[in-house]
Amino acid sequence: MSATAAPKALASLAFLPAPFLQRAFRHRSFALGAVLTFLLVFAATLSLVWTPWSPYEIDMAMKLQPPSTSHWLGTDPFGRDIASLLLVGARNSILVGAIAVSIGLFIGAGLGLLAAAKRGWVEEVIMRLADFTFAFPAILSAIMMTAVFGAGIVNSIIAIGIFNIPNFIRITRASAVAVWSREYVLAARACGKGPFRITFDHVLPNISSVLIVQITIRFAIAILAEAALSYLGLGTQPPQPSWGRMLAEAQTLLYQAPLLAVFPGVAIVMAVLGLNLLGDGLRDLMDPRLARQR
Amino acid sequence: MGLFLLKRLATLVVTLIGATIVVFGVLEVLPGDAALIMMGPDAAPEAVRALATQLGLDRPPLQRYFAWIGGMFTGDLGLSYTYSSPVSELILERLAVTVPLALMAMALTTVLALCVGIYAASHHNKLGDVGLMGLTQVGIAIPNFWFAILLILLFSVHLQWFSAGGFEGWGEGIFEGLKSLLLPAVSLAVVQAAILARITRSAVLEVLREDFVRTARAKGLSNRATVWGHVLRNAMIPVITVMGLQFAELLAGTIVVENVFYLPGLGRLIFQSISNRDLIVVRNCVMLLATMVVVVNFIVDVLYAVIDPRVKASDI
Repeated sequence: MSATAAPKALASLAFLPAPFLQRAFRHRSFALGAVLTFLLVFAATLSLVWTPWSPYEIDMAMKLQPPSTSHWLGTDPFGRDIASLLLVGARNSILVGAIAVSIGLFIGAGLGLLAAAKRGWVEEVIMRLADFTFAFPAILSAIMMTAVFGAGIVNSIIAIGIFNIPNFIRITRASAVAVWSREYVLAARACGKGPFRITFDHVLPNISSVLIVQITIRFAIAILAEAALSYLGLGTQPPQPSWGRMLAEAQTLLYQAPLLAVFPGVAIVMAVLGLNLLGDGLRDLMDPRLARQR
Repeated sequence: MGLFLLKRLATLVVTLIGATIVVFGVLEVLPGDAALIMMGPDAAPEAVRALATQLGLDRPPLQRYFAWIGGMFTGDLGLSYTYSSPVSELILERLAVTVPLALMAMALTTVLALCVGIYAASHHNKLGDVGLMGLTQVGIAIPNFWFAILLILLFSVHLQWFSAGGFEGWGEGIFEGLKSLLLPAVSLAVVQAAILARITRSAVLEVLREDFVRTARAKGLSNRATVWGHVLRNAMIPVITVMGLQFAELLAGTIVVENVFYLPGLGRLIFQSISNRDLIVVRNCVMLLATMVVVVNFIVDVLYAVIDPRVKASDI
């Protein structure tokens, strides 16, 4: 091999993309996040077909039982099985998170793409709208909606969804504007493609990694917001199990059954931690420059 | 700087006007008959009409809107339906708990986050950095109300150092007042500090790679003098941005945490007003919190310009 051929060969090897999954599972954050997120999804899916006990069945004779072989995590003040409630609660968290993030993603990313494509006054209006929505944290929107329409899971989903919109607008617009200034977009314009085609053919695929990372992060935030709203009694209503509501009930029994206040909290932390780590890992894997900087 | 300030001030005013329209629209126009919402569906029609007249709800919405805006300047925010006392008095009473709580939480957040962030950045990739960043990941995932419950479990139920909730009032002495707010402030601060510490660490690391830092070290400055004298000021821009957003989060968080600790603050007032369907109190409290969020963001924008003159130059 000649003196010039050797570095060339090495350079080509360095740029050979290792299989994504292999790289991903060597990444500690991603691996741990993926395992925790899998557990969350698995718990939610499992609860559709099986729970150790019925989460709706009240058995006062079995109330406040400590953890045992028949009730792995004990029972609540109504004799319901804590493990079963947690499994169904996972389903509830995923449902709220998925719908709320979808609202934020479709409306927010749509407006962000429009702002980047049109620029000028359209962009100005959209961005000021996003700034304005920041004035209302999810809990304030939920409070307003609850005061008028009453407490419920639908109102909490809408409130969290609205809260997600400005974040998606900002992230999408910033990333899309960068893509719009690239040469291949200029080439597409020269070929006669309109803003709509360019957005779907070039901009959206190139910002998808940013959006995927953002989805995992906003999903985690939605789970936290739902738990807080349910804790306050503004979100999921009984008899539907919810981790936040379980904590509210547990707080009244801190002296008698302190463990009741531990399990739902651990479930929330594991779910949120998993999604956050997954998001961090995905960001590193999809943009290695960021990983080197951190 | 003058033009920059004017531009930001105009945005602030427009945002506040927009917020009043949204709050008024959602809480007064959208429900149709606000008096019926307040009294419930089983109320007698005469009673509903009487309440509507008493609260001025029989007037056209636009007239009511301007009356409300006018009241904000004169301090007349209306009468609470459940407490039968002026809303402005109720809010002022409750702010005496919420504002010190939010400020205490913000102070704790800042101190904790700066210490952890700077330490982690100065020990980049060492055991202390990795361990602290692992802890911050867990901290970000903890719901503040659950952390509050855990604090009650440890410090009130087991150790019995603090009461599990309640607030005796500032009349009992500043120490007693601060003691009642300490656990709630810690529960709010720890989660926010975890986020801010990560931002601080990243910002400090970014600045540590700059040429002027190398120059400062080359001329013999110690590590501590370099960080405190040169790095921190330059790393503060992203930190202050996040702090502004966090203050809004803290204000929203007080609504939840005040309920955990049964503190008679603004959050608890809102919550009780929702239960009592007292839309007039809810409307004013939500507007006040939204105003605080907007004003804090405005202050943050102005602070950018003070810290980094390039911000205003690019904005004009």
